[in-house]
Amino acid sequence: MGETGGEIYISYLKHKGKYKGILSWLLTTDHKRIGLMYFFVITVFFFIGASLGALMRTELIAPGQTIMGPQTYNGLFTVHGIIMIFVIVIPGLSVVFGNFFLPILIGAKDVAFPKLNLLSFYLYALGAVLAVVSQFAGSGPPDTGWSFYVPYSVESSTNVIFALTAAFILGFSSILTGLNFIVTVHRMRAPGMTFFKMPLFPWAIYATAWIQVLATPIIGITLLMVIAERVFGIGFFDPSLGGDPILFQHLFWIYSHPAVYIMILPAMGVVTEIFPTFSQKPVFGYTAIAVSSLAIAFIGYFVWGHHMFTSGTSYFSRLFFSLLTFLVAVPSAIKVFNWVATLYGGSIDLKPPLLYAVGFIFLFMIGGLTGLIQGALATNIQVHDTSFVVAHFHYIIFGGMGFAAFAGIHYWFPKMYGKMYNIRFANIAFGIIFTGFNLFYFPQFIIGMQGMPRRYFDYLPQFTPIQFISTIGAYILVSGLVIMLINLFYARRKGAPAPANPWKGVTLEWQIPSPPPLENFDGIPEITRRPYFFGEDKADKKD
Amino acid sequence: MKNLRSHITGYSTYAIILVFLLVLTALSVVVTGYHLGAFSVGIALLIASVKVATVISYFMHLRSENMFLKVAVSGVFILFGLVIIITFFDYLFR
Amino acid sequence: MTDHIVHTEHIDRETGKLGMWIFLFTEMFLFGGLFLVYAVMRVKYADDFHIAAHDLNTFIGTLNTVFLLTSSMTVAMAITAIQKNERNLVLFLIAVTLLLAALFMLNKYIEWSHEFKNHIYPGSKVLKNLPHGQLLFFGLYFMMTGLHALHVFVGMILLTINLVKVKTGSVNHEYYLLLENSGLYWHLVDLIWIFLFPLLYLVT
Repeated sequence: MGETGGEIYISYLKHKGKYKGILSWLLTTDHKRIGLMYFFVITVFFFIGASLGALMRTELIAPGQTIMGPQTYNGLFTVHGIIMIFVIVIPGLSVVFGNFFLPILIGAKDVAFPKLNLLSFYLYALGAVLAVVSQFAGSGPPDTGWSFYVPYSVESSTNVIFALTAAFILGFSSILTGLNFIVTVHRMRAPGMTFFKMPLFPWAIYATAWIQVLATPIIGITLLMVIAERVFGIGFFDPSLGGDPILFQHLFWIYSHPAVYIMILPAMGVVTEIFPTFSQKPVFGYTAIAVSSLAIAFIGYFVWGHHMFTSGTSYFSRLFFSLLTFLVAVPSAIKVFNWVATLYGGSIDLKPPLLYAVGFIFLFMIGGLTGLIQGALATNIQVHDTSFVVAHFHYIIFGGMGFAAFAGIHYWFPKMYGKMYNIRFANIAFGIIFTGFNLFYFPQFIIGMQGMPRRYFDYLPQFTPIQFISTIGAYILVSGLVIMLINLFYARRKGAPAPANPWKGVTLEWQIPSPPPLENFDGIPEITRRPYFFGEDKADKKD
Repeated sequence: MKNLRSHITGYSTYAIILVFLLVLTALSVVVTGYHLGAFSVGIALLIASVKVATVISYFMHLRSENMFLKVAVSGVFILFGLVIIITFFDYLFR
Repeated sequence: MTDHIVHTEHIDRETGKLGMWIFLFTEMFLFGGLFLVYAVMRVKYADDFHIAAHDLNTFIGTLNTVFLLTSSMTVAMAITAIQKNERNLVLFLIAVTLLLAALFMLNKYIEWSHEFKNHIYPGSKVLKNLPHGQLLFFGLYFMMTGLHALHVFVGMILLTINLVKVKTGSVNHEYYLLLENSGLYWHLVDLIWIFLFPLLYLVT
């Protein structure tokens, strides 16, 4: 296999197939190009979503109306949530890195159903566009929150049906992607690669794919029920017709809780790839990490009621859900232990991927532990629907999945584009992002405890100092993101050519050129070793 | 590469299965005539479950599929059952 | 596990079937949400459900069950026929399946027309004046049978496509994944009805 400088192969970016120009992208079935198309759309929408967040933060810099009224604010947090959740973080790492690297890491030339993969992308793009259209068409941007709780989602005169349809289509895209990845893992592994010789990122994608397939249909039917409620008054959730609004919450969270594991499992998979490479030693506890991915997916199916502790559910169900919530933390903690143990005694190379991965552990821990505070019935009553919850989920989703995404981008960028970025600017961007992030979100725990409600465009004067600091943190965070983006964008255009294996990794993607050729491998590889083999002297004899 | 598992089910097998399914259908209709109170839902669902298992095993050939698929199909039903049961932790104890 | 990639239009049979089964899992969970609502409401409004269900015609419901069960048999037989390269029999069996499906839809049309004539449909004034449990029963009836009928319709389209492709020979005894997967889809439509039938028509 040639290094990039040799030009003895054609990279997937330069391959000339049946179509030319823009059509060679829009009609591609190459998993790598599809991954890049998703990457492009997600990056654009991430900055849209982040800008919406920045606008919200600007409103909250001082009490009273600052730049917008309450209706606008309600519309903003709704669309911020819809975009961030349904367009960015649920598809997120699966559609970008899952698409690009799952086949390569298992020694395959593509996914099981390449054309279905392209269909998934177009459904995704359609859903994303509809979510934006819901802002402008008809009777005004939805103001229900991304969780569409009844009765307000039925009563609100805004474009709720548009948003529900967008979410439905995005869900369908997610289902098809999950289906594709499950079949890919089952049927396309290279000879010799048993399940337990697979690297851990494919394991994570596999576990995630099952959740996508088995949970998403529930939100699909639930959204249809809300539409039926709005259009026909079907009554399932309307107490005046005999229905139960809490039934909506059950149905909604039966999907939306597993959905957060769709968000975090691939993120955990990404950092699990990064730690061995930048410690130059095998992953500690390979089996534990693989099995804990499945355990999180499974147990995570049974905790949904912890979003409803103050809604009026039975005491018995609250006990059950609280117990299961504490249980689901265990496999996550096992992973953290294994990551740290992987680093321990390793030959540490503190490059940007590792910086972000270590940042991930720190921020994910804070998010996870504050999750337990909410999982306990008594403390939940204090913090439910306050900024505490907002801080918790931003630590987990943004600090966790977001930082893992940044780690993955900095790890795999040279492989995807064949160019290297400026390490120094990447490190500077990390520092600014990390600082801004904590300055922004940590104080939200404090005022949340003190009673600051979430989804409020105004607040009591006593919260002003912290809200001000928080907003400054947000601006610092955004500047860091912009620097990171510019650094990467510049590298794509003018970066130095990257070698096949800049980080001395040992998984399959580093054995092929940067960028990879169209069919990834010259021939199908034969797998004989376990996935993280750094040489005999570093072999983990326990695995 | 040709599939080694070219197992062809005979027409008469399918016909027998259909007769079995029709008998069960008739049974479920007849049983509704009797006043069994709360049990009637249970019996109706039980008969329906047997019919579903039969269609899946024979018409959909799950019987001759690999172990993974058999486990997955069972797992899907079990998972759904658990979701219903857990939802009733709320409704039955309010 | 495949050990080489074949650059033809054909998807490997085991791969294609696995994909279809997983898609069926998603359909089961899609309907599952409605079954969950049904379960909750039935426990809450047992008597009203009993009263409302009397409005439905058990004979038509049973007939529809017979139609779908039989159509499952015929489509399964069609797979055997194509494996045995008995092309005319395949065409006949798919046609019979389609006929049974059409009869099912005709029945559905008759049933819904009957309800509409009595001004029972989602959002109607008559419905709103019924006791809550009966209102919810009909809401569930229309949504569940409606979504099911939509899937019957999609199944009919798939079967028709197969009919054409068997005729032209692109679905044949060497490569019949489309027919096999369409059969699986059709069986799912049957499975859902097997549960809908007692829950909607045999409520005592």
